[in-house]
Amino acid sequence: MELVVEVKDLSIYYFTLSGVVKAVERVSFNIQRGEWLTFVGESGSGKSTVAYGIINLVPSPGKIVGGQALFEGKDLVKLPKEKLKELRGKEISMVFQDPMTSLDPLRKVGDQIVEVMIEHGIDEKEAWKKAKELLKSVNIPEDRLYYYPHQLSGGQRQRIIISTAMAFRPKLLIADEPTTALDVIVQDSIMDLLNEMKQEGTSIFFITHDISLAVERSDRMGIMYAGKLVEIGKVDQLIENPLHPYTSALFASMPDLWVDKEISAIPGFPPDLRTPPPGCRFHPRCSVFRERKDLKGICDKEEPKMVEVEKEHFVACHLYG
Amino acid sequence: MASRGLGRYIVIRALLIVPMILILYTVVFIFLRVLPGNPVMAVVGAKNIPPEQLKALEHMAGLDKPYWVQYFDYLVKLLHGDFGVTLAFPMGKPVWEYIALRFPATLELTIWGFFFSVLFGILTGVTGAIKKGSKVDTSMRFYSIFVYTLFIPWFGMMLQYLFGVVLHALPTSGRIDPGLHLHTITGLYILDSIITGNWSAFVSSIRHIILPSLTLGIVLSGAYTRLVRNNMVDVLSQDFIRSYHARGVTGWKITWYALKNAFIPVITLMGLQFAILLGGAVLTETTFSWPGMGTFLMERIDYRDYSSIQGTVIFIAIFIGVISLIVDIVYALLDPRVKY
Repeated sequence: MELVVEVKDLSIYYFTLSGVVKAVERVSFNIQRGEWLTFVGESGSGKSTVAYGIINLVPSPGKIVGGQALFEGKDLVKLPKEKLKELRGKEISMVFQDPMTSLDPLRKVGDQIVEVMIEHGIDEKEAWKKAKELLKSVNIPEDRLYYYPHQLSGGQRQRIIISTAMAFRPKLLIADEPTTALDVIVQDSIMDLLNEMKQEGTSIFFITHDISLAVERSDRMGIMYAGKLVEIGKVDQLIENPLHPYTSALFASMPDLWVDKEISAIPGFPPDLRTPPPGCRFHPRCSVFRERKDLKGICDKEEPKMVEVEKEHFVACHLYG
Repeated sequence: MASRGLGRYIVIRALLIVPMILILYTVVFIFLRVLPGNPVMAVVGAKNIPPEQLKALEHMAGLDKPYWVQYFDYLVKLLHGDFGVTLAFPMGKPVWEYIALRFPATLELTIWGFFFSVLFGILTGVTGAIKKGSKVDTSMRFYSIFVYTLFIPWFGMMLQYLFGVVLHALPTSGRIDPGLHLHTITGLYILDSIITGNWSAFVSSIRHIILPSLTLGIVLSGAYTRLVRNNMVDVLSQDFIRSYHARGVTGWKITWYALKNAFIPVITLMGLQFAILLGGAVLTETTFSWPGMGTFLMERIDYRDYSSIQGTVIFIAIFIGVISLIVDIVYALLDPRVKY
């Protein structure tokens, strides 16, 4: 199997005035060609930061402080800006959370789509032709090219943004909660679009806090908690056999339409990442740790390592290995 | 943009200038009458003049009428587009002639001062925003506060001393070398010298306008620096800028798009600054002996020349009103989201 992305020990810190926020700490994973990988986590777990880290676009005052993000063998962390610019928008595309704010309000939609193609070496006439085709492929009338973003609905805008991302059939699409700002029906059409891209061979790296959305479409799933990747594996494996207590708790906190059950919340709050708890970052909220006295001195002292419990199913928890 | 909506908006805005002018005229009228002295006294001064002759002069100037008659007399004239006649030194000349003569000088100074203030404001503001949090940013912020606190006459004199006295590089007063003859058409010397192809007048008028317009421009640029910087920082952190980066758009283009977005509130400031600009122009004009509306106004205040002062102030107010209207229209043209 061919790897498109290989992330090794990626650490990203935000250097704020009130201290260093360790937003992402030694996260490793990979994405195969044509695969859909979803990262799930609550707000502030660092899942978006990982996404920005991959294309080296961490917003200031954030900095990649260690590790590698290999894209087809090239380390994007060390790649010169010019080379990175060539990859962005062509081989790697990104779709952001809020379609309302991810288009320039002062420029016509068409100009913004065409610009990307011109930047990557397509002549203007050809670019306009292609832009019309792209719009057609996402079911938007081509005259919308001459509209300003504010004249379009959120769903239309997001589809236009995705059509721009599709322009070069990128090898990787990073989608940072692309459906969060949209209603459920529009959500579905956006997910269909991403799925089409996947069928055409694009690897999808999807970020969400909506577990049901993740479960539905993705091949593999990673769970992030407080800047750490705590569990990663095939979707079926995670659902049937969640290993990490956080993963189990997360699934338990999900409402189920068919089963009448009590929704259980995870007690406590995610830690302040300026001063993350020692050992396993989840231990202060972990029900297993609270019940088992023998884990004292382990979970709250030693950092758990990633271990492969079953094939392709990894977890970072002292209960395993 | 719906052009019919815009047309209606322009008419309404233009009509709103009328009550504004009325209030301003009333205030100026009251202030002038409260001020000690009157035009006749100012002309006659300490000279011993028989009281009956004084009475006759006051009668000629219409100063013997009750205040409310004076108020409405002038108001009626105004409504007919007449700014009245001078009441002192020389008496009886139409105020409009002075305005026509002096206004182009002020306009020319204002345009260049405006140009420099916006130019420096954008340059320093954008530099600060791009280098946010660095020493460069700090020095740009210092620049903005420093120039904002400068007193125009003092700063003007410093420039006069440096470039005129020490370096002998630039003239420090007037609009043009007195020996040069320029056939005026618009009254804007630089433009006139281009139209008439008068090369030496062109060079001379540019050399004359550099120091006063720099004085005005630098002092007023501070406000722009702050606004441009803060808006730019704000815009640069927005999603669509990150999207541009993620789509591989060239860096300087992104800066340009960001500036366009950051510029919208700056245009509002431009409209507001124009009033301050004209105020600053008065101080600049007196410092550089610039024969504009400002020096004219100062001179007329000394003479207590009621009609000249009223006329000049009202003319400036109408001008500011029109400018702010233009600013609003530009606003609509630049931002596709603005509808009237």
